[in-house]
Amino acid sequence: MTENRKLALANFWVAISAFTVAAGMALMQALSRAELDLPFRTARMYYLSVTAHGVLMAIVFTTFFIMGFGYVVTERALGRPIVLKRFAWGSWWVALIGTVMVAWSILWGKATVLYTFYPPLKAHPLFYIGAALLVVGSWGWCWVVARTWMVWKKENPGLRTPLAVHGMLTTIIVWVLATIGVAAEVLILLIPWSLGIVDTIDPILARILFWWFGHPLVYFWLLPAYVIWYTMTPKIAGGKLFSDPLARLVFVMFILLSTPVGFHHQFMDPGVRAGWKLFHSFNTQWILFPSFITAFTVIASFEIAGRMKGAKGLLDWLEKLPWGNPAFSSVALAMIMFAVGGFGGAINAAYSMNAMVHNTAWIQGHFHLTVGTAVALTFMGMSYYLMPRLLGRELELSLLARIQPYLWFGGMLLFSISNHLTGLAGMPRRVYEASYGGSEIAQQWVAGTGISAVGGVLLFVSAACYAAVMFGTGLAGKKVSPEPIEFAEALQPENGKAPLLDRFGLWFVVAAILVVAAYAWPIIEHLSMERFGSPGFTPF
Amino acid sequence: MHVDFYEKIWMYGAAAIIVIFLASMGYTTFGRAMQPPSHIETIDPTTVRADEEFGSPGVTINEDGSATVVIQAFMFAFLPNEIRVPRGRDVTFRLTSPDVIHGFQIVQTNGNTMVVPGYVSQFTTRFNRAGEYLIVCNEYCGLGHHMMSAKLSVEDMSRSAAATTETGGGL
Repeated sequence: MTENRKLALANFWVAISAFTVAAGMALMQALSRAELDLPFRTARMYYLSVTAHGVLMAIVFTTFFIMGFGYVVTERALGRPIVLKRFAWGSWWVALIGTVMVAWSILWGKATVLYTFYPPLKAHPLFYIGAALLVVGSWGWCWVVARTWMVWKKENPGLRTPLAVHGMLTTIIVWVLATIGVAAEVLILLIPWSLGIVDTIDPILARILFWWFGHPLVYFWLLPAYVIWYTMTPKIAGGKLFSDPLARLVFVMFILLSTPVGFHHQFMDPGVRAGWKLFHSFNTQWILFPSFITAFTVIASFEIAGRMKGAKGLLDWLEKLPWGNPAFSSVALAMIMFAVGGFGGAINAAYSMNAMVHNTAWIQGHFHLTVGTAVALTFMGMSYYLMPRLLGRELELSLLARIQPYLWFGGMLLFSISNHLTGLAGMPRRVYEASYGGSEIAQQWVAGTGISAVGGVLLFVSAACYAAVMFGTGLAGKKVSPEPIEFAEALQPENGKAPLLDRFGLWFVVAAILVVAAYAWPIIEHLSMERFGSPGFTPF
Repeated sequence: MHVDFYEKIWMYGAAAIIVIFLASMGYTTFGRAMQPPSHIETIDPTTVRADEEFGSPGVTINEDGSATVVIQAFMFAFLPNEIRVPRGRDVTFRLTSPDVIHGFQIVQTNGNTMVVPGYVSQFTTRFNRAGEYLIVCNEYCGLGHHMMSAKLSVEDMSRSAAATTETGGGL
């Protein structure tokens, strides 16, 4: 086993473990909202587990999976081992220690502040310190991948960066720009306040910095999924990538548009001027564009696969696709869900429509389609492809792996549609139960929460299948010599004429200027008004 | 860069959809004046309970028949928790919190705002349908979050009810 494989696997195992714990917590939450009693169901357990589910899924599972995936892609696509190996291991340990601190503070009931940790809800200092360490560890990963690419460039003058690495570098740029916001929030505001060095905190400033990070965070999740869709799924489907240059254009658009959009999470906030909200709202709508291109390019790549296998008619290429291979079916199903989630996102980010859905169950319905399916299901499918190749073992319990994406799709359909509808009917998100003292209006939500609970059970079964396949493969998979990890050829290969799209330094600078344009003035304006700090509260 | 003919059409179509979205946002924003609550006013959260306005929250019917509703949102209730406002006239809500962040959502309407300590939230709306509405907190605020609610009654009020103040009891 090479060092790089060990490093990737170390990241993947943390991700899979976090996923398994978080999935178990989700079951109780879905049942709780439908008022189905479990012996350990209390408000305290519910909110604790919502916090744990959010942090472990959205931060720990995604970040570690992306780090592991980034190491694999960098080595395989560049055809050289990564540099700075000891530094990479150091970064992994830093991120892991941070994760353990965060997990301890949540599971011991000292940080029931949900994964958005809005002050003046005050968690244990180790929650914030752990979160900071996790981010610092991920920065180490960014540096290792970027540095490896720079060394490769020197060794291979004139060669274009492989598309998969292009996508990972995009991910890294988005992540670095995004995490500046949360690093400022955690290091300057939250850690000194939670340690008692300062007494009060400005909740709106904290929210501005959080959402500077919180929205591009979703592209940090999504872009590695796009790398899979563009560079690996067409190959797994047996076809070719429809267009390489458009894929590069898509990645560059994400570098530019990911960050100057955060205020669309704060439409309902006081203390932020309407003009800034409108500006960010307009920016956000354009992010739909690269995803529209992605839908066309990736589906066209699937059609190529079907036709290469002999399809002649209008739609019979669909039948020729490998629906029994979970590495393919997961992505195809994820894309269907993402189409719905994308339009829902346009509604959330619409300046005047957001008031109807803000902080309702609609929101959890929405992001379980995007991060919860488009990203998570893609990552699960990729695990079935990568783990046997990295471990040199056969996939264990492969029947479970085959049905798992369909179970997820069905469960999420029920869960998400019912949450969208109860949200439109006014049910708030993140509530232990939603009866409101027998309110008649709240009665309208009962059917929805029941369907959502059924969806939750299916999702839990699906997650359990995934965990069983992964741990089964790791512990008991038959040893075989690993198959290669391959990337899709492009039908219309890069013709060497668009090096502009490969100029990461340039795009980084342009994106940084856009971030300054979107945030410098509002923050200066904010800091210059008379503000009163808030002391901390721990109502949990 | 070579772009396939059909993909080109698709890209123009996608851009057109986004332009339609932006135009509809522009229309509702400027043509219909649908703005999210973005009031800018600060207040010391540690003195809210003793504050002249927020310390004795309630409904005031103004001379012109419009209503001003002052609400304190705290862990885990709204004060007042039964609110009566006139149908078909402007109602201005003013809210703040003495502790953590809360949400204020008038269920099945677009009345929705965050209530943030240190800041005053304010928005003006109009109810055209008389009846009872449920108000809920929609931002996690602690272990009693799901119990934090209030009742809003929209009633046909005669103008003679003007210029009265009704402070909320309950708590």
